[in-house]
Amino acid sequence: MKRIALLGMPNTGKSTFFNRLTGAGARIGNWPGITVDLLSAKILLGTEMVEVVDLPGLYDLHGFAEDEQVVRRFLLNNPVDLLCIILNATQIDQQLPLALQLRRLGLRAVAIMNMTDEAEQLGIRFDAAALAAGLDCPVCFISAKYGRGFPEARETLRHVLSLDAPTASPTSQTDFVADEALIAEAEKLIARSVKMPRVLEYGLSERIDRFALHPVLGVPLFFLALFLLFQAVYTLGTPLQDGVAWLLEQFRELGLVHLQAILPGWLYGLLVEGVYDGLGTVASFVPVIVLFFLGMALVEDSGYLSRIAFLMDALMARVGLDGRGFVMLLMGFGCNVPALMGTRVIRARGLRLLTMLIIPFSLCSARLQVFIFLISALFSPTEAPLVLLTLYATSFLIALATALLFKNRLGGGEPLLIELPPYRLPTFQQVVLRAWHEIHHFLSRATRFIVAGVVAIWLLTHLPTGVPAGGPETLAGMFGGWLEPLLRPIGIDQQMAVVLLFGFVAKEIVLGAMAVVYGVQGSALAQLTAQHMDWVQAFSFMLFTLVYTPCLSTVATLRGESKSLAFTGVSIAWSLALAWLLSFVFYQGARLLGY
Amino acid sequence: MNLICLSELAIGQRGVIEEVETEEQFRWRLQALGFRIGREVRLIRQALFGGPLQVRIGSVNVMLRRHDAAFIHLRAMG
Repeated sequence: MKRIALLGMPNTGKSTFFNRLTGAGARIGNWPGITVDLLSAKILLGTEMVEVVDLPGLYDLHGFAEDEQVVRRFLLNNPVDLLCIILNATQIDQQLPLALQLRRLGLRAVAIMNMTDEAEQLGIRFDAAALAAGLDCPVCFISAKYGRGFPEARETLRHVLSLDAPTASPTSQTDFVADEALIAEAEKLIARSVKMPRVLEYGLSERIDRFALHPVLGVPLFFLALFLLFQAVYTLGTPLQDGVAWLLEQFRELGLVHLQAILPGWLYGLLVEGVYDGLGTVASFVPVIVLFFLGMALVEDSGYLSRIAFLMDALMARVGLDGRGFVMLLMGFGCNVPALMGTRVIRARGLRLLTMLIIPFSLCSARLQVFIFLISALFSPTEAPLVLLTLYATSFLIALATALLFKNRLGGGEPLLIELPPYRLPTFQQVVLRAWHEIHHFLSRATRFIVAGVVAIWLLTHLPTGVPAGGPETLAGMFGGWLEPLLRPIGIDQQMAVVLLFGFVAKEIVLGAMAVVYGVQGSALAQLTAQHMDWVQAFSFMLFTLVYTPCLSTVATLRGESKSLAFTGVSIAWSLALAWLLSFVFYQGARLLGY
Repeated sequence: MNLICLSELAIGQRGVIEEVETEEQFRWRLQALGFRIGREVRLIRQALFGGPLQVRIGSVNVMLRRHDAAFIHLRAMG
């Protein structure tokens, strides 16, 4: 099968183009010579099945960032029939040297000039023929965002691929050697083929930045925006969540209870009180998660994240990190795993490890649902947003304090250079696609872990047979008993101890596990929880949940990305110790104060 | 001719790049974003507490830290 590789700088809309070209069929795969996963998809191009690989964004072929090494190793180890070079038309002067560099590899190529809609607005004009002659390959002008020119680009790819031309492959690292002459060549080509207004004014972006990057207002505005986003998720999401929970309860009361007459007692217990209650409790949070990821996608695609790096860099420098570390903490609000993988852009190992050490403290969406549940069960609607805000603030503070403590062992700087792209209003379709991708990830994770988790919990709370379910003589009771001396000082009882044990696997299981342990779901679960713990215990439980190791996937990613067992061990031990210590101080402190 | 560092530009001031004195990896990265000899740059703003600089070069806005900017030498304009 022939293979097309997509290449281009960051911020060229490469992923948008990839998504348009391949539809939804992309999968993550392993490739010879490289250790990271790349997205690829098989598509029908004309009459032929073709494989399309999305390579990481890079600034130039001889860079030393991990992503750039990945691209080099990929090209050396995997035959490529066609290079598809994605260029950002609004920054053509910066991008041509890379395109020329890629052309030197001798592979067949098609250049895709993307974002022509924005370029047009900026008054940039292209001489297509001169550009194609200079690059010695076909050039297509498209807008991947709106789909303009896309069918023609697809046809060009098909046509070039069908030509029977010999394909050379780069054979050694020396094929990637830098060439200063390329830059001069690029400048000549620009002069021949591109007409640019002398000074490009990004009027609107500029005006937004006057506020967004304001020396005094910038940071408060950012926190205000963050607060509004969470407020919106909470106020819109919780009624939806109640609605879904109610529907699931009705289905149980009106439909499933009749199974009691048909099924043997243990099977009914396992299926309805175990799997259905457990899954249902988690499923009721899907609307909140959907809203949350819609918001995240909107922020990520807008170009605001690099502004946050700008605003936060001075603060982060004090704790041995840089602005990117803060952005990765924000990404971690969705899920810690991709945030950890995002640290690949950091070249200095110490700095990267320090960033990876703090990301697991980022309050991810799985922990968010546990908190929303407990907060609505134990706090009044007016207190609720404040409690949630406190937890987010704690998450930041712990991350920063951890960095400060470890910065002399890890850390270390590297030159920082980040592009501040013009603000983009993502299209509706773009946001929905991105959000869907995240939700899909959440659901597949959730079903995989939760079904296994709730079944295991149900068994633990019901075995051995012949003792009261959930009582101290069951397996769960025994585990809880062993953990009790450790968890009593932080206000966590036997039953919740078992829940925490399972939370180590994935926080999505926590609520499912609570439903199984208490044997109810929905509003009944909230009421029962409120009877079993007071607000001090609940907050202590939430603190512990926030700080201790997020999930097994995070541990696996820490191990895989750091390639160090010792580092992974330190990360787990530190988060467990800190979780216990913080909960202990809070719980005992609150009790001393008479709460 | 007097050269100054990029970090010494006043806000709003322009300069022409005369030399870039950094380690090779960073120089390539700078170059890929357009920091080449003879190009005009302009300091747009600076974050508080010694934070990073926002610099415009051609159509591209980038942020870089003060002490990294000190390795880029300019002929100041205006």
